[in-house]
Amino acid sequence: MNGTPLARKAPATPMLVKRLRGILQVKETSSFIMLLAAVLLFFLLSPRFLSLNNIAVILEALPEVGILAAGVTMLMISGEFDLSVGSVFAFCPVVMVSLADLGLNIWLAMFVSLALCCCIGAFNGLVTLKIKIPSFITTLGGMMLWRGIVLLITEGFPPEFPSEASTLRAVLVGQVGLIRLSLLYFVALVFILWVVLERTRFGNWTFATGGNPATARVLGIDPRAIKFRNFVLTSFLAGLSGLIQASRLRAVLPSAGQNYELDAIAAAVIGGTQLSGGVGSVIGGAIGALLIRIIDNGLVMAGAPGYWFRVFIAIVLILAVILNTTIREKAQRMRY
Amino acid sequence: MQGKTGGTMVEMRNIHKWFGRVCALRGVDFRVGYSEVVGLVGDNGAGKSTLIKVLSGVFPPDEGEIVLEGRVVRFSSPRDAMEAGIETIHQETALVDTMDVRRNIFLGRELTYHLGPIELLDLKRMAEESARALREVGLELRSAAASVRELSGGQRQGVAIARAMYFKTRLLILDEPTNNLSVKESNKVLQYIRDLKRQGISSIFITHNLHHVYPAADRLVVLKHGEKIADVDREDTSIEELTHLMIA
Repeated sequence: MNGTPLARKAPATPMLVKRLRGILQVKETSSFIMLLAAVLLFFLLSPRFLSLNNIAVILEALPEVGILAAGVTMLMISGEFDLSVGSVFAFCPVVMVSLADLGLNIWLAMFVSLALCCCIGAFNGLVTLKIKIPSFITTLGGMMLWRGIVLLITEGFPPEFPSEASTLRAVLVGQVGLIRLSLLYFVALVFILWVVLERTRFGNWTFATGGNPATARVLGIDPRAIKFRNFVLTSFLAGLSGLIQASRLRAVLPSAGQNYELDAIAAAVIGGTQLSGGVGSVIGGAIGALLIRIIDNGLVMAGAPGYWFRVFIAIVLILAVILNTTIREKAQRMRY
Repeated sequence: MQGKTGGTMVEMRNIHKWFGRVCALRGVDFRVGYSEVVGLVGDNGAGKSTLIKVLSGVFPPDEGEIVLEGRVVRFSSPRDAMEAGIETIHQETALVDTMDVRRNIFLGRELTYHLGPIELLDLKRMAEESARALREVGLELRSAAASVRELSGGQRQGVAIARAMYFKTRLLILDEPTNNLSVKESNKVLQYIRDLKRQGISSIFITHNLHHVYPAADRLVVLKHGEKIADVDREDTSIEELTHLMIA
């Protein structure tokens, strides 16, 4: 009996457990573990996978799906979807090149096409939030609409990449040693969006909007304004990444960005973003995009048929959700 | 009938509210004194929530006025009411489950610092201040960085009340605070309400459960079909009498 008071005293949490819990509570842990596992697997399958040249190849196309995924991650955290990003990805360079064709200065053309992308985001936001149509539907429509308009403008043929765009190309995707400038932009963007999301009011309100819009409203935050801004940001980033790819390939493909909307959502989810909103990480989304690039490249290096790509993404995606859920629960239970 | 705790803090006079052709409130007078706990009871659809939404700025009354400390006030949003020191806690909307305790306490009123032109969240100070606010209400949590999802129903109420107290709320409206709580946790919430009173904060306790509100309230107001049918000090009535009024 006299042992009871002692037993009721909560034991001090051991340092090791504390540290482990800390690591498990980091949102990016599971995606990072999967990234390491994938790197190890593909390295074992083909040692050339980790050669400098191949790493450069992997990183070359990373910013394109990565920047797209960063925007989609933000939007998903605020509780909405955008399926039109893949079409906007193709739309932006097509508009830029068409305007340049009409004699507009290439920089001005870029500015106008990016502004139009922002308008597309604003349109998605207005239709979704004012008329109260689920964004899944609004942007599914947008996906078809903007792809259709791309095909109408180009009549299905890729317009020529204008020669006067060489400076623009150098600025967007110029080579610096082994990497391209676009990679630096991507890293900078992820850092900025991380700060915005984790360390500013807007980010805090984005989490709150996705987590419980009613609470946000009661506390004086307008969830619609938050979502609207994330819609615009997402479309803008989709256009920007489209410009980066078109510049890198020196080609404006009407079919560019197909399936990218799903890859971006996959990257976000692999990175710990929840479909229901309120939970997610921009760095996780970037890791997810890198993982997708690694799978794409690693399978080629391992000599596997290209069909395996989707299978691998599927496995990683489902594994990520399972890991994220169980790790979160484990971390919560480790109270002592 | 005067409450025993002195002067009137807020008074709603002759409040009417229609929704289309439905009349939700028909000329309700309602007052809360300083440091007073008022139990607002009535069956579902009696007009409790509507009255409280008018008071907390969710929507304006169609007729009638609100007088706060002798001055007529018009709230066009809950934010206005909050700035005037009137805050509502509703279980479903009190906290964001997916966010941690400190972010919840400061949601919409974040503490920040400036780094050049950029305004950044001061998470460290928010955690310290949250811990202080939680200690004020006697709530022991592992950490202010813990997720709200880990908390029990009573602890969640505690966090919401700690938030209200931290921001110097003078009138706290608790909308069904004991719903879905165990007996032990309900008692904890009642304890919070008594603590509020001791610190000079008035509260309105809305419920349809008389057994929860009766021990905590100084005065009880009964609504029925959008009208006030009773406004009595606790010692002048009993649970039996109130029950009879509510269902008769």
